[in-house]
Formats: sequence, C-alpha cells, structure tokens
Amino acid sequence: MIDKEQLKEFVLRLGDDSLVLGHRLSQWSSNGPFLEEDLALTNVALDYVGRARMFYGYTAEIAADGSTEDSYAYNRDCRDFTNLLIHELPRGDFAFTMARQYLVDEFSLAYMKRLKLSRDKTLAAIAEKAYKEDLYHLRRSTSWILRLGDGTTQSHDRLQNAIDDLWGYTTELFEMDELDQEMSKADVGVDVASLQPEWIRQVTATLSDATLTVPANDWVVTGGRKGIHTEALGHMLSDMQFLQRAYPGQQW
Amino acid sequence: MSEEVKSEQEVLFQKRIDAEEKIEPKDWMPEKYRQTLIRQMSQHAHSEVIGMQPEGNWLTRAPTLHRKCILLAKVQDEGGHGLYLYSAAETLGISRDELVKALHDGVAKYASIFNYPALTWADIGAIGWLVDGAAIVNQISLQRTSYGPYARSMVRICKEESFHQRQGYQIMVTLSQGSHEQKAMAQDALDRFWWPSLMMFGPHDAESAHSAQSMKWKIKRQSNDQLRQKFIDQSVKQADVIGLKIPDPALKWNADRGHYDIGAIDWSEFARVIKGDGPCNRQRLQHHNRVHAEGAWVRDAVAAYEAKHKQRSTRAA
Ligand SMILES: [Fe+2]
Ligand SMILES: [Fe+2]
Repeated sequence: MIDKEQLKEFVLRLGDDSLVLGHRLSQWSSNGPFLEEDLALTNVALDYVGRARMFYGYTAEIAADGSTEDSYAYNRDCRDFTNLLIHELPRGDFAFTMARQYLVDEFSLAYMKRLKLSRDKTLAAIAEKAYKEDLYHLRRSTSWILRLGDGTTQSHDRLQNAIDDLWGYTTELFEMDELDQEMSKADVGVDVASLQPEWIRQVTATLSDATLTVPANDWVVTGGRKGIHTEALGHMLSDMQFLQRAYPGQQW
Repeated sequence: MSEEVKSEQEVLFQKRIDAEEKIEPKDWMPEKYRQTLIRQMSQHAHSEVIGMQPEGNWLTRAPTLHRKCILLAKVQDEGGHGLYLYSAAETLGISRDELVKALHDGVAKYASIFNYPALTWADIGAIGWLVDGAAIVNQISLQRTSYGPYARSMVRICKEESFHQRQGYQIMVTLSQGSHEQKAMAQDALDRFWWPSLMMFGPHDAESAHSAQSMKWKIKRQSNDQLRQKFIDQSVKQADVIGLKIPDPALKWNADRGHYDIGAIDWSEFARVIKGDGPCNRQRLQHHNRVHAEGAWVRDAVAAYEAKHKQRSTRAA
C-alpha cells in the first residue's frame, strides 16, 4: 500500500519535470529560427506548463494543507526540486533544444502510454491528455532530427554535438528508486526501467535515419530525484520566482 | 495640373472604392495605393512581431503559472498576427524576406510604443490594457478597409485582441486591489505608458502626411484624432473604475463635445522615437537581427534537406 506522502512526492516529481522543461521551451519566444517555429515551440511550452499546473494542482489536493499549484513552483528552492536533470539543462541552440526534445518525447510518449493505465484516476486522466500532446511533439521533434541530421554539414555537426552532450543524462530517465518501485508495484506509477530497451531501439533507428551516431554509454550524470541538480537550475529559479520572492504573499 | 488628370482606370477604381467594393489582389490598382498598403501592412506586421519582445521579456518571470500560460498564449497570438499580415502583404507582390529586410535596413517602421521598456510586471498589465486597447480601436476601424485581404485579416485578429486587452486590464485590476507596492507599480506603469499609447494613433490630422489620400482610398476609415479620442474616452473610464489616475493635469470632461479634452502631446518625443532614438529602438532591432542571423543555419538545413529528398524521389521515380 502506498501512503499519501508517497503519492504526493511522486506527483510532485512529474510536476517538476513538466515545469522545468516548459520554462526552458518558453525561452524560445521571439528567439526562434523563423516565426512559424517560434510559435510551434511556444505551443509545446504551453503544453508542458499546462501539465505542470495539473500535476501541482493534484499535489496540492493530496497535501490538503492550503498549498496551491503556485506554492510548488514559486516557493521551493533548488534542493526541493526533484525533476530529472535533462529537463533543466539550459536552452542551448536550436539543435540542442530539438535533440533534448526528441530524446524526451520518445521517453514521455512511452511513459504516458503506461501512466494512462494508472489505478490513480487523476494521474490516468492527466496522462491521457499528455499522451495526445506527446504524439504531436514526437512527430515534430522526429522530423527536426531528420532535417537537421541530414541537412547541411553544419546542422549535422551541431545536432551530433547536442546528442553527445545530452547522452549522459538519458540514463536517469530509466532509474527506479524505492518510490518508483513502490508506485509501480501498486499499479499507480510506471516501471521506467522496462521502457529502456524499446527507447534505445527507437532512438537508434531515428538517429541512424538522420545519419547520426548513437554515443557510447561512457558517462552518466544523475541526481535530480534527490535534488542534486546542475548549477543552471538555481538561476532558472531566481528568474522564475523573482516576483513571488520580492513581494511575498500577494495576489497577482 | 498633371495630378488632376486621372486615367480611366483610376476613375473606375475610385468608383469601386466609393461604392464600398473590396479591392482584391488580382484587381487593377494605382501603384501608389499598392505602395501605401505595403507600407502600412508591413508596418503593422512588424509591430506584431517586435511587440513580442517587451512582453516576452516577462515570460520567464510571470508571477503565477496561470499568468505564465496566459502571457505565453498572448505572445504567441501576436506572432500569429504577424504571420497573417505578412501573408496578406504578400498578395501585393512582395515577399516576406523583402519585408523583413526592409525592417532590418531601418526602411520599414513598426509601432513606436514597442520602443519603451517593460520594466515591471505592471507594465505587462499596462501593455495589454492600453497598447492592445489602442490597437483594437485602430483595427476595428480597419475591418472596413478597402483592401480585401487586409480587411479580412483584421476581422480575424480583432477576435483575439479583446482577450489580450482583458488579460492586461485584469492584471491592473488585481494590482490596484493589492498591496501598497502593487498599487504604486500599477500607477507607475500607467504614468509611463499613457502618453506613448496616445502617440500610437499618429500625428494630429492636420499634420498627418499620408492621411488625406488614405481616407479617399478608404485604406483608413477614421482619422488619427477620431480614433485617439475614442481610445481616450474608453480608457479614462477604465482607469477610474480601478482608482488609477491618468497622468494628465489638463484632462477634463468636455460636456459640449461629449468627449474628454487632454493636454498637449509631446510630439518631439514621438519624432525622436520614430527616428530611432527611443529608449529601446536599438535593442529591438538588434534582437530581431541577431535572432534572424542565428536562425540562418536552421533555415539552410531545411532547404538542404528538402532539396536532397526531392532529388532522391525524382531519381527513384
Ligand atoms: Fe496583435
Ligand atoms: Fe494583441
């Protein structure tokens, strides 16, 4: 049996994953390589921030302590955030953003497909919506991997560098800590370790179609679920939380 | 004298305009009509796109997740308006690349209001309330403009604009009901954005260089001063409701006219900002230039990929 605290922590993790990536994507607004793509990236950002609101809203409901969705986004420090590190890495160039998005989309689609079957009805409903969004996200990011990988020498090299720089953060996607195991056993969460072989197969196929090389598994950085982050997260939070910190307790 | 001699085509064209017919891309039109529209529509499109910058400046700092989503959607809408307007302008036989180049070269203008900085969260409220508010007044009038594609894009855009204005005003309402600091923030934003918003409507009718011909061709349907007055009357009431003070000691209800009278607009400031010497002109253009240059390799990659795959599919066939 899982208790309320465990469920809350589990849902909060998913909220953090969504918010942090949504924030990074929102940094593309009026910075896109062309106007149509600028708007498309904002769309994906909106999907992720929307997800964060649903997960945080549910967290607040479970906590039943007067907290709101904003309490979790705006009033916690770096060590309290428990997102997977790949989501928080700085925006980078367009190749980095699309490489990250593709690797995350392949994972997220498979994850949400399982989470739709969760015995927790609220999580299942959020996953239902997220799954539909992910279908579109993955179609988009896959097509960017192909176009950039098999575009010009420059785009190919930029994308290959991005994949190389991201690769060591992908192992964390499939790590199962005690909480994940409990949640999976209770048919509430997802056995992420079991998603890894299919993810590798898909990613390998797409990267080779795009004339890219799958990097060797020779480095791994993890720690997000324990609040051990990259230094970039603190800066993101100081930006994001500025108003709530400078004028505490106000309505906006 | 030569100006008085109108070709048969021009006479016919004016007759259609007078009969409220819409002019469509394939129709004959005087070259000056076409040029005026290109100037006005591209200026409008660039304004939508450059306007994403001051608001985008607050996307990562929006104070709640709800506000963040609203602002993301709003800024995205503005980019979409830019897209409709660029394609509407393209029906006049000019490409988006040419229009963007004219912006980068400083030949094409955009609304001077976007050369003011968005310094506080209240500025996001003031921009939505006043800048989108002024834009709506102008765009409602342009729904009846004589060029068909322009008129239709205005109909589409106006539907989204009222949401923009409401979200901005809602921010101001919330701030003006908030703490002492929040109220001061709202008043300060109104103080800084009020006069530049009035300048958005352009010079007084007597001083306006292009106005007479544009009115005759029904590109413009109401004069700068008429539109400005409409905006003033509605905004004064809205400020009143939330207890904010319009920064104009000469502001007074004129019962004879049935409108508010205002003090003198500082046209030297307007001229300075239009000329390129406003507080953010350089940053706005540099930002657009830099992003465009940074995106070049992506656009090249798309073109290269499409070329390769076209070649491959032709070979396979
Ligand atoms: Fe707009
Ligand atoms: Fe707008």
